[in-house]
Amino acid sequence: MNALYATLILPAAGGLLLAVVRNLTLAGWLNLGLTVATFAASLLLALQVLGEGPLYSDSLLVDPFNIYLLVLTCFVGMTTAIFSRPYMAHVCRQGSCSQRRMRLYHSMFQAFMFTMLLALSTNNLGVLWVAVEGATLATVMLVSLYRTPEAVEAAWKYFILCGVGIAQALFGTVLVYFAAQHVVGSPEQGLNWTTLYMHAVELSPTVMSIAFVFLLVGYGTKVGLVPLHQWLPDAHSEGPTPMSAVLSGLLLNVALYAVVRLKMLTDGALVQTAHPHLAGHLLMGFGLLSFLVAGLFLHRQRDIKRMFSYSSVEHMGLATFAFGIGGPLATFGALLHMLVHSLTKSAIFVTVGHATHIAGTQSIEHIRGLIRTQPAVGWGLLFGVAAIAGFPPFGVFASEFLVLTATMQSWPWLTPSLLIGLGIAFAGLFRHLHPMVYGPVPQGQQPVRVNMLPVAVHLLLVLWIGLAIPAFLAGWLDQAVRLITGEGLL
Amino acid sequence: MNLAHLSLLEQTVFVLAALALFLSFALLAQTRLTTMIHLFAWQGFLLALLTGVVATVAHTHHLYISALLTLALKALLIPWMLHRLTRRLQLERHQERLQHQALVMMAAAGLVIFSYWIVLPIARLELISTRNVISLSLAIVQLGMLLMVARRQVVAQVIGFMSMENGLFLAAVAATRGMPLVVELGIAFDVLVAAVLFGVFFFHIRESIDTLDVDQLTRLSEEEREQ
Repeated sequence: MNALYATLILPAAGGLLLAVVRNLTLAGWLNLGLTVATFAASLLLALQVLGEGPLYSDSLLVDPFNIYLLVLTCFVGMTTAIFSRPYMAHVCRQGSCSQRRMRLYHSMFQAFMFTMLLALSTNNLGVLWVAVEGATLATVMLVSLYRTPEAVEAAWKYFILCGVGIAQALFGTVLVYFAAQHVVGSPEQGLNWTTLYMHAVELSPTVMSIAFVFLLVGYGTKVGLVPLHQWLPDAHSEGPTPMSAVLSGLLLNVALYAVVRLKMLTDGALVQTAHPHLAGHLLMGFGLLSFLVAGLFLHRQRDIKRMFSYSSVEHMGLATFAFGIGGPLATFGALLHMLVHSLTKSAIFVTVGHATHIAGTQSIEHIRGLIRTQPAVGWGLLFGVAAIAGFPPFGVFASEFLVLTATMQSWPWLTPSLLIGLGIAFAGLFRHLHPMVYGPVPQGQQPVRVNMLPVAVHLLLVLWIGLAIPAFLAGWLDQAVRLITGEGLL
Repeated sequence: MNLAHLSLLEQTVFVLAALALFLSFALLAQTRLTTMIHLFAWQGFLLALLTGVVATVAHTHHLYISALLTLALKALLIPWMLHRLTRRLQLERHQERLQHQALVMMAAAGLVIFSYWIVLPIARLELISTRNVISLSLAIVQLGMLLMVARRQVVAQVIGFMSMENGLFLAAVAATRGMPLVVELGIAFDVLVAAVLFGVFFFHIRESIDTLDVDQLTRLSEEEREQ
């Protein structure tokens, strides 16, 4: 339990501490140190949970499903902090961001990590809502950090759309609590995952199915499911790049985590009704729609960060679709996909951050000849995009292959649409990528100081997972699959 | 359901909830920002009163805390903050031209019916006497959303957002006798932070586009635009 407390308290205290640290260099290092310590604590926690079984208490819950997301969140947070320290110092020197705003940035970075970790580890459905809303509030000021008209507009959109969306989730939460009150003895326990799962069969199916629709719309807005995705490309493209990396890599995962937990609950409540797979079918519909629409939108993007945010919508759609199919194989694929997508996408955003500094713009048309100007960045982008497009031998290929196999098993007639979607997305990414990395070098384009360590580590991990998924990781994911679907894959 | 079978206090809950919905309609029709803020404060006051009544009916003591919290936050603090902001932004005399007023009102009436229709299966379960309030609260949430869609002025949009929160709070109180205290405190904290951030944003928006009209926020879209 102590490791868990450390994981939560470190970023919370860090957020408060960094709000008062005036020295920029010190703040950057402190931010990094805090994320490293949090990651170490989460690793300890993982060892504990995997060795001794899940941790339960009235307020917190760590089981095989969320422990892997906890570790992933801390890891990506750490590597992003490594990247963000020199990157933001560079931004600050360029003058697009004042000292005071940098303090805000560091403080909110830690606050965001705290809300993410709280959302993942809480045992209470209501606290989950509070934490996810808190994550919006922590990041909304970061999206508008540069105070350009575009950034302010993106932040306003993000604020309003996510606020409205998440309000629907609160209504759903109230309905779940309403259903639980009639079966759970003590009202204080009525929103605890552990209690709810125990009583899932007794929950009123009518109330639960209405509640699930509201919850799906609410958290689905945060996942970026089409047609609720409007805020996502704006927030990703206008915010500082480290923010895009954690939004894409972490926030979307946490929202999807909430949706999957709620699906487990709804499935439990609906098991004896005429439509036991209602939740799954809804997820499949939304997921497939997001997957296809986002793939098409990739083609018409002009802003490099916007393009990769659509790619995030696409991949989250695929993971949602796979969770919707249900069953051990699809769920394993979806969990793996969340993992490799996070790693790859945050690596891509880090590389894109460097690429935009080299080119001095985010416009795809003006980013040219990266490999010749600075091979590390060019090759990093090329490998990153190859990985995210699902090229073997990277991990995304493995997870997409699993999802595809699961689809062929249970919904064979949907396989062509998946294949076409993958093809469209692949073409969309590469038509833009090719000139960016190979094209002619614009005059006067100079290399910049970069730190490609986070990118290399992420991509090597994805490569490792794709070539030979380590036994401990497979066992780990299998425990999560067992928890979600009731039966293991391995 | 027979209303006469309910105790006087339970009937009071219905009346207060219905009044809160009525205020949502009034918000939709109101053009003056200052009056809108007053109406919003009254809605918060009604909710606080309603929470107090429910607490008395159900003998749940932690609801008294939520009642006080609502009174302080929704009826006093947030309206006061909005007032101060409108003064500082010199919007006290601001009067918005409403477009498609009749259409918006019809849509609002439609949304109320829609809310009743959605909640119908739950109401049929006959689990608690105040179940009808769930549909009222959903209607308040929907009207808040409609307000945000119909208005172009950012302060009005924020009032819509906050009245949505009111609807959610009403749902929690009426359907479940309030959420667990820790959740309620968390939600109150989030609402407060959101209110502060909205205030900050008013100034950012005005600085960057020189108006508080969201129709001017059109730089980011998927439409083809000249670069």
